[in-house]
Amino acid sequence: MMRCGRFHYHAPRTLRDACAMLQDAGSDGMLLAGGTDLVPNMKRRQQTPKVVISLRHVAGLRDAGPDGNRVRLGAMLTLSDLTAKEEVRARHTALFKAAAQVATPHLRNMGTLGGNLCLDTRCNYYDQNYEWRKAINFCMKKAGEICWVAPSSRRCWAISSTDTAPALIALGAEVALATRDGERTLGVADFCRDDGIQYLTRNPDEILTQVLLPIPAPGESSTYWKLRRRGSFDFPVLSVAAWIRRPPEGRVEAARLVLGSVASRPVIAEAAAGLVGTTLSEDVIEAVAEEASRLAKPLDNTDFSLGWRKKAARYLITGALRELRGDDPQTLGPLARRAAELAPVG
Amino acid sequence: MSASGGVTPRAESRTRLSLRVNGEPVEVLFETYKTLLEVLREDLGLTGTKHGCELGECGACTVLVDSRPVLSCLLLAAECEGSHVRTVEGLAQGACLHPIQETFADLGAAQCGYCTPAMLMTACALLEKHPSPSRGDIRQALSGVLCRCTGYLQIFEAVEAAERRIRENSPGGSEGGG
Amino acid sequence: MSSRIAALDLQVVGKPRRRVDARAKVTGQTRFADDLFLPRMLHCKLLRSPHPHARIRRIDARAAVTAPGVKLVLTGVDLPIPYGILPVSQDEHALCLNRVRFVGDPVAAVVAVDEQTACEALDGIRVDYEPLPTIADPEEALTTPQPRIQPYGDGNVHKKVALQFGEVDAAMASADRVFEDIFFYEGSTHLAIEQHAALAAVDPDGKLTLWSSTQTPHYVHRALSRVLGISPAHIRVIATPNGGGFGGKSDPFNHEIVVAKAAMLLGRPVKICLTREEVFYCHRGRHPVLMKLVTGVNGDGRIVAMDLQTLLDGGAYGSYGVASTFYTGALQTVTYEVPRYRFRGCRVFTNKPPCGPKRGHGTPQPRFAQEIQLDKIAVALGRDPAELRKSQLAKPHALTANYMRIGTMGLGECIDRVVAGSGWKNKHGKLRFGHGVGLACSSYLCGAGLPIYWNALPHSGVQLQLDRSGRVAAFCGATEIGQGSDDVLANLVAEVLGIDPFDIRLVSGDTDLGPVDLGSYSSRVTLMMGHAALQAAERARDLIAQAVSASLEVPASRLVFAGRRVFDAEAPARGVSFAEAVQRGEAMHGTLGTTGSYTPPESAAKYKGGGVGPSPAYSYSACVVEVQVQPETGWVEVEKIWIAHDIGRSLNPVLARGQVEGSVYMALGEALMEEMAYRRLPRHLSGVLVHKFPSLLEYKSPTTLEMPEVITYLVENPDEAGPLGAKEVGQGPLLPVMPAVANAVYDAVGVRVDEVPITPEKVLRALGDRESRRCGPKSFPFIVWPEPLKVAPPWEGGDGTAVNEKPRRRKEGVLMSPDVVQPGLAPHPSTPEAGQKTESSESSPEMPEVLR
Ligand SMILES: Cc1cc2nc3c(=O)[nH]c(=O)nc-3n(C[C@H](O)[C@H](O)[C@H](O)COP(=O)(O)OP(=O)(O)OC[C@H]3O[C@@H](n4cnc5c(N)ncnc54)[C@H](O)[C@@H]3O)c2cc1C
Ligand code: SF4
Ligand code: FES
Ligand code: FES
Repeated sequence: MMRCGRFHYHAPRTLRDACAMLQDAGSDGMLLAGGTDLVPNMKRRQQTPKVVISLRHVAGLRDAGPDGNRVRLGAMLTLSDLTAKEEVRARHTALFKAAAQVATPHLRNMGTLGGNLCLDTRCNYYDQNYEWRKAINFCMKKAGEICWVAPSSRRCWAISSTDTAPALIALGAEVALATRDGERTLGVADFCRDDGIQYLTRNPDEILTQVLLPIPAPGESSTYWKLRRRGSFDFPVLSVAAWIRRPPEGRVEAARLVLGSVASRPVIAEAAAGLVGTTLSEDVIEAVAEEASRLAKPLDNTDFSLGWRKKAARYLITGALRELRGDDPQTLGPLARRAAELAPVG
Repeated sequence: MSASGGVTPRAESRTRLSLRVNGEPVEVLFETYKTLLEVLREDLGLTGTKHGCELGECGACTVLVDSRPVLSCLLLAAECEGSHVRTVEGLAQGACLHPIQETFADLGAAQCGYCTPAMLMTACALLEKHPSPSRGDIRQALSGVLCRCTGYLQIFEAVEAAERRIRENSPGGSEGGG
Repeated sequence: MSSRIAALDLQVVGKPRRRVDARAKVTGQTRFADDLFLPRMLHCKLLRSPHPHARIRRIDARAAVTAPGVKLVLTGVDLPIPYGILPVSQDEHALCLNRVRFVGDPVAAVVAVDEQTACEALDGIRVDYEPLPTIADPEEALTTPQPRIQPYGDGNVHKKVALQFGEVDAAMASADRVFEDIFFYEGSTHLAIEQHAALAAVDPDGKLTLWSSTQTPHYVHRALSRVLGISPAHIRVIATPNGGGFGGKSDPFNHEIVVAKAAMLLGRPVKICLTREEVFYCHRGRHPVLMKLVTGVNGDGRIVAMDLQTLLDGGAYGSYGVASTFYTGALQTVTYEVPRYRFRGCRVFTNKPPCGPKRGHGTPQPRFAQEIQLDKIAVALGRDPAELRKSQLAKPHALTANYMRIGTMGLGECIDRVVAGSGWKNKHGKLRFGHGVGLACSSYLCGAGLPIYWNALPHSGVQLQLDRSGRVAAFCGATEIGQGSDDVLANLVAEVLGIDPFDIRLVSGDTDLGPVDLGSYSSRVTLMMGHAALQAAERARDLIAQAVSASLEVPASRLVFAGRRVFDAEAPARGVSFAEAVQRGEAMHGTLGTTGSYTPPESAAKYKGGGVGPSPAYSYSACVVEVQVQPETGWVEVEKIWIAHDIGRSLNPVLARGQVEGSVYMALGEALMEEMAYRRLPRHLSGVLVHKFPSLLEYKSPTTLEMPEVITYLVENPDEAGPLGAKEVGQGPLLPVMPAVANAVYDAVGVRVDEVPITPEKVLRALGDRESRRCGPKSFPFIVWPEPLKVAPPWEGGDGTAVNEKPRRRKEGVLMSPDVVQPGLAPHPSTPEAGQKTESSESSPEMPEVLR
């Protein structure tokens, strides 16, 4: 039986206490939300906190509701809580589809929105048991010297594998971070960093408390396509979040395209600008997909071969944009059906 | 450091906890590093809950915590203060099997039986929440538990048959577990 | 076929019923090995090698030995006697003696008060290794004889076999067309959800008991006796119900021996449960096999000769490998008529976990090759693939070129069923681009005709005990691994005695309480245990009938056993309850007990190597798969499967269907996504050879969302050789699925993927290769084959012996058998027994220094 190492456990009831404990614990401390990322990592000794501070009983972190022209979503809402919300499903399609495709129904009952945004980056050389990593003499991300994915590299290329972050970036969301001394907000895009080890701009003493999501104006729509080998369990090996604003029968006024799982952070595709002013004709979609897919520079640290993932990127982007144009994903082939699949039962 | 709340704040390695397990209040003292899976099996003698990876990758350890199927291998037991945990041992009412147990038994849904407790608990939660799920709903709901033996089809059929039985036996509504 | 069996009026058999162990399973009361907890129980963890190939220079375990809570540290020197499942490859050590051969090979064991403490203590063991060069794949093994992974074999070639039945070259030269193809079948693993676990305890009387999730308690029993040096009569092995086996729990394993030794030394129960990663290191799964298949056909596609070469990647140990090698050639002849046949197989050692038997043992690989090649032949000759197959089915009740004796043969009907059910005629070659159907067939054995240890003993035994309460107890060594062996036992006994299966108390999988059954492998249990059960039950029935006949004054031949009664067939009211009948029997004969046993008929294959393949009966399957392939990405979605299986007679249709669907499931995993992948880190930096990702997340087992609709047809054509006509169903239906998927992909998009798994990458690569329209291996390495043993097929006047074989003594017959061992705890002779060539794995006796 895989077991966690030994640690001290705290279960604060208030955010104040939680912040204080986190600060006191310093580099020994880690926050525990749903535990679906942290607990496996502790069992594999990738993360070895001496102090675990649980957010489960902290008041207020599960709240959700409107706040002016935005929606506040508490960091401790589980992904199932999120997908059960009719307004998320109806208005924030990309987030809904992203959350609904995380892992498995069971893991979505446990995993939280905050934990998903803070999810550790992933790599085939890193998400392994201690013994396995010992056999390769570890790697730069934990306890070793070298990066096995790119041995001459000075950085870690572990992959951002969160499903919700690309969706939230496409939707223009922000996060709120609290410390003992106060709170700050920043865009989800700025919350993420392109480094496999320091993959967040979060300070060690900050707690992610909420996600702030703009309420879509008329004409705005979004979607999220995820590529993985199986329809359940698997992390994304590639994902596409797309958002546009386009009045009925009109031209696209604004667009955002974000690729997930292609780097240590979600990558914003500037190519989306090419959609603006168009009616999303097939030519336009293909040109944008072609350009955006160049951002996908897969490395050999996740499922599927590199070359194929690159080809699939183009296909996925095309599909997502066609869906936003109004095409029925059911008509876009088996991969499309699957990528667009919803998980109705939580 | 001020730890508060129901969980006894201790610097030492053990945690004391009260929770409900299959409807009964339970108090247990256990090593803090343990997950609910370990405490159920090793400290409470409830070995009906299985494990196949202990990393969230198979679903065999599924139990219901406050009516939701979760993976007991990823849930620290310390997190369960005040929760109601339901395991396969609590499914039957006395000697009377739950309809889902009956149909699993009759329709070949358990081959080696190793994924069965997890499949049962997941299906039970599904039926409590969605009284008449479609085949697609069942597929989705059970997609978090791997079975290497059956190919799943007889499991789907057993869930459907249980749903019919529950519906026929209680015309007023669905049968709920506490 | 036999009208006698076909016409039987059966009460229990053939009715869809709840299996006898179902209640335990749905209430969570089935006790799997890791569910056992004993008072004072200790826990064991193994320290495993981080090197793929290295000499062990020194082990310093002092820090571990003195750690609080640690009770014992064991290393290789504590268990120096080698063992292995096959007598010819006794090449494993419970803990590596002086050399490790793959990442994960166990080196030391810690026993402590709890698992966490044992785990932490592993860090206190310092092992000094001297790394050795590694062998990663078969090509490398063929060209790199040094350093040798094992001291036996030839360089790093473990085994070469060559057999020839008839003048293959001449026939090939006379063929109208010759098709030559190369295929690769990737390795895969069983992935039973239950991880292997074992618990050992010293009984109050000083004997040893081991509970283990094993499919083969009998062979574990032998290995324990051998390695621990104690009489098998003082060892009891209890196979706990397996949480899935599929062949992965068929070898005696190091962890079983280690906990047994530890329990003996400490006098306390010791348990071990492997982690998922460790289960990957136990492996014994599907061999990766490269195949070259050359087939000559006449103008209408009938096979005139076949020439098959196989190259197996065996991993670091022998395991079942010699048998696996023969199996890659043995069953090619049982499906279609192959008048002349040459088979050459080669297994090599590599620095990876050992391969062994997985569902279908050695036969899915060549089946994949042959069924795709037949599809290619059909295309080339413009024939319908179903018709092509039907025109040349192997004949029932006949000997094949390699002397396999076929009984009933329901493949034709299987093909008809899936062709009709799937609408094949309207679909094959007729669906729009991107959609396709594929067909493939297969056959499988119902138990190996020869046991692992050649002897004259029964392969299975059943003992019944009846008492005046009407209770019947059935004892058998057979192992319940989920397939329903307990149900078969209860089913057949109940049928004969006219009672309900739930009336029977079952004791199985226990070497102390039941007669030997060789284990749950090679689809042997239903047939072999089934016969033993029938025999025991019939004997009991006869004893009871004799007594009832006397007291009711009805001739015994007129008595019917049914509905828990024994009565006069001509006057059903005239009878007694079953319990009353047993009482009369007990009064007449004294305590009632009977036995039954089964030994397979002698094989017609007398040549060396003919021991692998013969079976009392063969099952058959045919399958049609419908797919959708997306040309832009190569993504393959299996939409629906029709599968027909010739089961002889289905004893419990609910379970039979479950076996078929479960086989289809496992087959789809192999066809589309499962893969035992390894990687070697850049040589200049490390060179270490590791399993790419030993986890349940990255080893892709299909979920509910990948499972398509499956239509199952059970073709019932009772076979005289099976109990009440029954044949196997646990493995055969897996075989046709992979090639049917490949053939369907071809039908959908016109490209061939000649290897599994058929991933989107490969489909896309094939689509992109305008010339070959194919993805698959391009060459088969040059292998220096030995001169094949030449056996004339039956139709050329052969008698099953090889013309060029040196006369053999049946020396394999004298192997370790429990009855040659003196009773008492006297050490069992640790030297190999007389007459047996045992391969010990340590070439140099140089032992590491061990500090404790
Ligand atoms: C088999 C398996 C499959 C999975 N598949 C997917 C998948 O497909 N897609 C996907 O996105 N994820 C997947 N996951 C990962 C994980 O389940 C989800 O990302 C989940 O949402 C994580 O949330 P959590 O609450 O469980 O996080 P935790 O494990 O509790 O925390 C994750 C990290 O975030 C930190 N953290 C948590 N909350 C906060 C906070 N409020 N403030 C600051 N830091 C915080 C923790 O310290 C930790 O480092 C999978 C996991 C498993 C085991
Ligand atoms: S990208 Fe390199 S450094 Fe980062 S986890 Fe993978 S191997 Fe380690
Ligand atoms: S044991 Fe596999 S998910 Fe919990
Ligand atoms: S019944 Fe064996 S794993 Fe599901």
